[in-house]
Amino acid sequence: MSCGCKKNNVPKTYKIVSIKKETDQVQTFTFDISLGARPGQFVMVWLPGVDEVPMSVSMDDGKNLSITFFRVGDMTTELAKCKVGDLVGLRGPFGTNYSWEKGQHLILVAGGYGAAPMYFTANEAVKDGCTVDFVVGARSKDLLLYTDEIKKLENTTLHVATDDGSEGHKGYSTEVLEKILDKDASVFACGPEMMLKRISDICAEEEITCYLSLERYMKCGYGLCGNCCMDPLGIRVCKDGPVVSNDICRQLTEFGAYHRDELGRKHEL
Amino acid sequence: MMNLSQNILGIEFTNPTVLASGIWGVTASGWKCVAKNGAGAITTKSLWNKEHCGHPNPTIISNEHWSINAVGIPDAGPEKAKTEVASYMADRPAPLLANIVSDSKEGFGEIAQVVAELKPDAIEVNISCPNVEDELGKPFACSVTDAAGVTEEVKKHTGDIPVFVKLSPNVNNIGEIAKSVVGAGADGITAINTVGPGMAIDLKSRKPILSNRVGGVSGRAIKPVAIRCVADCYKAVGPDVPIIGTGGIYTGEDALEIMMAGASLVGVGTAIWERGEEVFKKICDEMSEWCDENGVKDLSEIIGSIHK
Repeated sequence: MSCGCKKNNVPKTYKIVSIKKETDQVQTFTFDISLGARPGQFVMVWLPGVDEVPMSVSMDDGKNLSITFFRVGDMTTELAKCKVGDLVGLRGPFGTNYSWEKGQHLILVAGGYGAAPMYFTANEAVKDGCTVDFVVGARSKDLLLYTDEIKKLENTTLHVATDDGSEGHKGYSTEVLEKILDKDASVFACGPEMMLKRISDICAEEEITCYLSLERYMKCGYGLCGNCCMDPLGIRVCKDGPVVSNDICRQLTEFGAYHRDELGRKHEL
Repeated sequence: MMNLSQNILGIEFTNPTVLASGIWGVTASGWKCVAKNGAGAITTKSLWNKEHCGHPNPTIISNEHWSINAVGIPDAGPEKAKTEVASYMADRPAPLLANIVSDSKEGFGEIAQVVAELKPDAIEVNISCPNVEDELGKPFACSVTDAAGVTEEVKKHTGDIPVFVKLSPNVNNIGEIAKSVVGAGADGITAINTVGPGMAIDLKSRKPILSNRVGGVSGRAIKPVAIRCVADCYKAVGPDVPIIGTGGIYTGEDALEIMMAGASLVGVGTAIWERGEEVFKKICDEMSEWCDENGVKDLSEIIGSIHK
């Protein structure tokens, strides 16, 4: 688990060393630094003069660190215009991470950009002799992420689900999950919250160990501002998450129901 | 273990630690979580009389010496305050200080009225935020007349709910300001808000890191300033006006030090980052231990001791 007492939470800027276009709207930036991030943890990504947002780490192999992001809002639209050599600020890593026993069976479920941190998880877990079933879901084939990389991983089986049936199972990734459930496996999932909610229900019913990556609006990233607290426990997603056990998720009445904006106002999901 | 409880202005505090405003303070569930972790009281993040947007990120940065923040006091306004305060007061695991802010004397009156109806244990008036100067001008806490004017306006609407006024260290004579707000009816003082403002620059991009360029400084580095300000306030207003001493309080010894300067209660905020949410309990344990070792039987022996 990460240490909450990291001594420096001031961002530093680093040059982008490579950019990979994953899909029309998704890019991966790589920096030639390591922050010692573990799978599931996030970094705060700062574009000077624009904004700073939390992003999960898509790889930190001790030499290079990558982030994979969707062009969705003002910040990521500006970030997407960056070129190799441009400066981007990073600080972290923050929050909890995924963990496993050596040789364990893991079922990973990724929706949308959730494929990035889940790929990082699989990549590290197979080094520990884990067997991985990796379910990747997207609206259609051209939006699938990391499937080529996943295919290259040892002891890993890729399962694809697309809403329109353009590749793999036609329907939701959660339907694939239900078919491949294994009582002795741990299920890890990252993606849209309604997908996570469904997975939470399935795993609770089947009494399967499950950890989910939660996402809430954040300011500081290290437990001070309180913006990412979830009702009714008041846990901070940045510190007590983003990777949260399903037992805790089941107690969060806010999970799958609403989130709060930068003013603390509730919005239904 | 020494008994750390006190009755201050009619409010029972099980221990002197208070969650400082602005930290972990957005929702009732956050306040409850901090109270369950041992805080003697909770201060909300500043509640506005209207919706108010904060600054873009980065808004908070920290190292081992200091934090600098320019969150910009975002708040959704009175409706959210009503829901969250009511939800907290239904359980009330510890006393609640509702912190209020506005950009005008009249606005302070409006939010004071809204909040007073929610019956928090006390109201804290934020007239001292240093990171909204571009938008709002110099804080009210920088002028004797403005500070007293806001206090008087708030007191018109708060009935018998005690009012603490939170002061700025960024003035020539904080004692004079303390005296003016007490003269205008304040029941207590909170000292201090953040110091500065300060600035930090990223070398490679050659740009200030905070989007607001500058922000209020908190954390270990400001403790000596906080201690001196509390001492000045105590000297100015005397032993009968309770002071919440806040600024760089991390340990039981820090808490005892600011109490010796004149604080009855001790605000804790930035320290949560390094010492975790257990910081309130840790500080209390350390205070008790020190008091036991040094033959202190009651906190009253400590409070304001440098003035005796």
